[in-house]
Amino acid sequence: MIFLEFTAPQVDYVRLLPFLIVLGVACLGILVEAFVPRKARFVTQTALAILGLAAGLGATIWQWGDGGRGLADPASITGGVTGTVLVDGPVQCFWAILFGFGLIAAILFAERRAHAGASAFTPMAAAIPGSRLESEASEAGLVHSEVFPLALFSLSGMALLVATNDLLVLFVAVEVLSLPLYVLSGLARHRRLISQEAALKYFLLGAAASAILLFGVAFLFGYSGGFSYEKLAHAVSFSTMGDGILLAGMGLVAVGLLFKIGAVPFHSWVPDVYQGAPTPVTAFMSVCTKVAAVAGLLRLFYAGLGGMRWNWQPILAGVAILTIIVAAIIAINQTDVKRVLAYSSVAHAGFVLVPVVGAFTLQSGLPEGQAGSVASVMFYLVGYGLATIGCFTVIMLVRSQGREASSLDAWAGIGRRYPLFGVVMVIFLLSLAGIPLTAGFMGKLAAFMAAWRGGYWWLALVAVLGSIIAVFIYIRVIQVMFFREPAEGSDPVELVRPGVPAVIVLALCLIGTLGLGLVPGPLLDAFQAASSFLIPAGA
Amino acid sequence: MAFPFLTVLGLIPLVGVVLIILSKQAAARVIGLVMAFAALVYTVGVVATTKMTSGAVAEHVTWLPIIGSSYALDLDGMGLVMVALTVLLVPMVLIAEWKTGIGETGRFSSKAFVCLVLLVECFSLFSFMSMDLVIFYIFFEATLIPMYFLIGGWGGAERGKAAAKFLIFGLAGGLIMLFGVIGVGALSTGAGAVTMSFADLTGLDFVSNPVTKLLFICFFVAFALKAPMVPGHIWLPDAAEESTPGGAALMVGVLDKLGTFGMIRVCVGIFPEESQWASPVILVLALISIFYGAFAAIGSKNLMRLIAYTSISHFGFMVMGIFAFTSQSITGSIFYMVNHGLSTGALYLVVGYLISRRGSAGVNDFGGVAKVAPLAAGFTLVAGLASCALPGTSSFVSEFMVMAGAWARHPVIAGISVLGVVLAAVYILWTYQRMMTGPVTDATRDHVTSDLTWRERWAIIPLVAVFLLLGFWPKPALDEIAPTTDYYMTSAAVTDLVAQIEEGR
Repeated sequence: MIFLEFTAPQVDYVRLLPFLIVLGVACLGILVEAFVPRKARFVTQTALAILGLAAGLGATIWQWGDGGRGLADPASITGGVTGTVLVDGPVQCFWAILFGFGLIAAILFAERRAHAGASAFTPMAAAIPGSRLESEASEAGLVHSEVFPLALFSLSGMALLVATNDLLVLFVAVEVLSLPLYVLSGLARHRRLISQEAALKYFLLGAAASAILLFGVAFLFGYSGGFSYEKLAHAVSFSTMGDGILLAGMGLVAVGLLFKIGAVPFHSWVPDVYQGAPTPVTAFMSVCTKVAAVAGLLRLFYAGLGGMRWNWQPILAGVAILTIIVAAIIAINQTDVKRVLAYSSVAHAGFVLVPVVGAFTLQSGLPEGQAGSVASVMFYLVGYGLATIGCFTVIMLVRSQGREASSLDAWAGIGRRYPLFGVVMVIFLLSLAGIPLTAGFMGKLAAFMAAWRGGYWWLALVAVLGSIIAVFIYIRVIQVMFFREPAEGSDPVELVRPGVPAVIVLALCLIGTLGLGLVPGPLLDAFQAASSFLIPAGA
Repeated sequence: MAFPFLTVLGLIPLVGVVLIILSKQAAARVIGLVMAFAALVYTVGVVATTKMTSGAVAEHVTWLPIIGSSYALDLDGMGLVMVALTVLLVPMVLIAEWKTGIGETGRFSSKAFVCLVLLVECFSLFSFMSMDLVIFYIFFEATLIPMYFLIGGWGGAERGKAAAKFLIFGLAGGLIMLFGVIGVGALSTGAGAVTMSFADLTGLDFVSNPVTKLLFICFFVAFALKAPMVPGHIWLPDAAEESTPGGAALMVGVLDKLGTFGMIRVCVGIFPEESQWASPVILVLALISIFYGAFAAIGSKNLMRLIAYTSISHFGFMVMGIFAFTSQSITGSIFYMVNHGLSTGALYLVVGYLISRRGSAGVNDFGGVAKVAPLAAGFTLVAGLASCALPGTSSFVSEFMVMAGAWARHPVIAGISVLGVVLAAVYILWTYQRMMTGPVTDATRDHVTSDLTWRERWAIIPLVAVFLLLGFWPKPALDEIAPTTDYYMTSAAVTDLVAQIEEGR
């Protein structure tokens, strides 16, 4: 264990490089808005975002493979940035996941062919929906190319949330990741009122959640006398103060993070926002936000509050059970595919909490070279992300009269009419349901096993029973796609030919889903090798 | 590493799928049939070679050490006979369903049909060959997906609902089993290194406690849903009724065997103590299945449902044989799995011909068929008698072994089960009487205008030939199966009671 004592701020820029690249490119994006001619902006922004994220991903992987900073051996990482931000093995894994999915989402942002040559975003967000200004902007071919820098800012917030080692930075990171998302949610090209409503709802509830989080931070500050996780861990072990203030702070901070994860009972924004937001944005936030928030929760609870494990495990177990059961049951009744996937995403928030509760780590008896909680969570999130982005991409392509037709009735029989896309969608749905030969299954297997081995076998049982309910969600969609005839006189629904970006995204998600289902070993090993948090002394 | 014979065997159907996807609609059936026969010939070749050279075919590749799982394939006696059944039945199904999906609207194409049949073959071969719990689980579950589309894509009016019912029951069972798989992984850590290999797990001696009992129950429930036992059977009659005859033959003949197969591999293999602990209850359930299936078959008015109910009765016998824990009854059970696949497969196919001619599956819609289509009637009778275990057919051997073996340990239960044989004669002969004998009804004369064509005959003849051959000369099959039985009897530390009693006297 390492004592982190520093007299002068000392920043390891190399370690921080991936984060700095993404943040820098986001700032650069604003300059592009100011100086590049309008016609070239969308292309420039697309290229910039994709290159920036690829560079960020590359830098993360480069450091990962860097022998001298071998992540397999946590003790060798001493030169990291400390105090407010700490880059260790799990952080690099989560960065790789975040930037990878961010890259896929950015490619999806650039899809135009599916929207008949326009982007998925409104031509002018400031115009009143249905007004002349709006139609003029549309005819003039205006685009909000700011979506790329906004997504990148959000991603840098997420990257910060993953790596934070300080309660204040935690709060700042949550805000940085959220604010751009509020804006992005309101930018849908069609059904703009629903989109704006979603943005407002997300903003108001999100602001409330942030306030709760900040309140919790204040409690924890009062308990530990500092903001850093080390202080917190130290205080948990040695403080003579009563536990009440600690428990209150812990609970409130957890609420703030669980809101971002979208766990029941803090999930009420999820279906509305996922439905209203432009589909590429939904794909982006349903995956990246969840990854970041789960990672933030993991770091705070394992590294900062590891000593309180016996207190938070039962609470999180309760949240997980509630999330799985409630979301799965409500999802069965939904009539809109986007809402179905939103509730499915809530249910997955519950599933991913299962190994978190297990807390099966090197500290709690995990043998070397076997899958523990942290690696399972990472793998689960990767499987979930691939399938979810894939599903939303298919949703983008199902259109009626130029608009997305996401109602379940409109989907009747499209699997029969477009067998290739039918099969692709079925594979994504089966992965979400956790059926073998897909990444989703391997994720479930590893995740539930970690929970069991961490001593929570009954939680694994409940999670499996919940999966049975959740299976209905996906079978229902498959059933509609293949075995239901479209209603007489309904609008003709077609599957538009995807452009290059959507094809790339679909191919990546498909290869990933099947590939990780067949050969999960290398990724799981890599995650496991880098899964030790630098636990501050005193924990 | 030696040549991966078994992987190649499993991949042959998959290669067929890829070729079919790349080829035109018209060529699909031919390619499918060629690949199905290739798998059959290849299996015969591999088995013959290894028998002659007494070489091993086991494969072992490290796959996921992080949870103790590896890609391990092997063929023991039980696996071999099931693989043989699968590779034999699949080409026959393809021949019998040669015209399915051709020139029809509202159903899927024939190309899709052939692809799905080959996928079912591929996945079930891998699950019969796997020697690792996770690999077994993966393919056990994977079979559900192509079968779901096989039921839903072709068949009766309510096929969509029946397919969903099939899938939901299958996935529910599968997820219950997933809990078992996870638990076994976690427990094996407690007993040493984490492992998922059947051989290691069978060797491990878990101390029986509530958790291992729970795990056993999870596995058993999953398998009992699969090899449908009352009360987990309710999906089967619907799925069979709405499926095509070929699909039903595959489902009942091959896929449902994964249930009884798993009971031996996993329940008896990994949880011998728990299996014996639960055996009284399971034997009673098996008895209930035998009689429920038989009575439901007698009362059934739909041919496809009728055969499904007879299968529930037969699965009752198989389960009884397994959990009676004598080497005779277990060997009989494994042999029963093969025979049931042959006889029920043949029965489904031949009845399917009649149904497609008549345009109805109602038992009472037929009458006097024997005069119009003597061959069809004859094949129905032969397959039906094989399914009710007439001496001379292989089913007789296996059913006798199951009952005789069970008698040694549970005379009362075995004695009651004998009545099931009587009921079997009733449901087969009474059905035959109503459909085939008597005056030719108008409906029969109008619809059943032709007897079986050569194509149709050739889908049945090999199956009939094999079950007749094994009926008169079962020794090769029983010799294959016996070592498997001994292995599981030894690992369960059970000895046959009969021998002990005789010595005692």
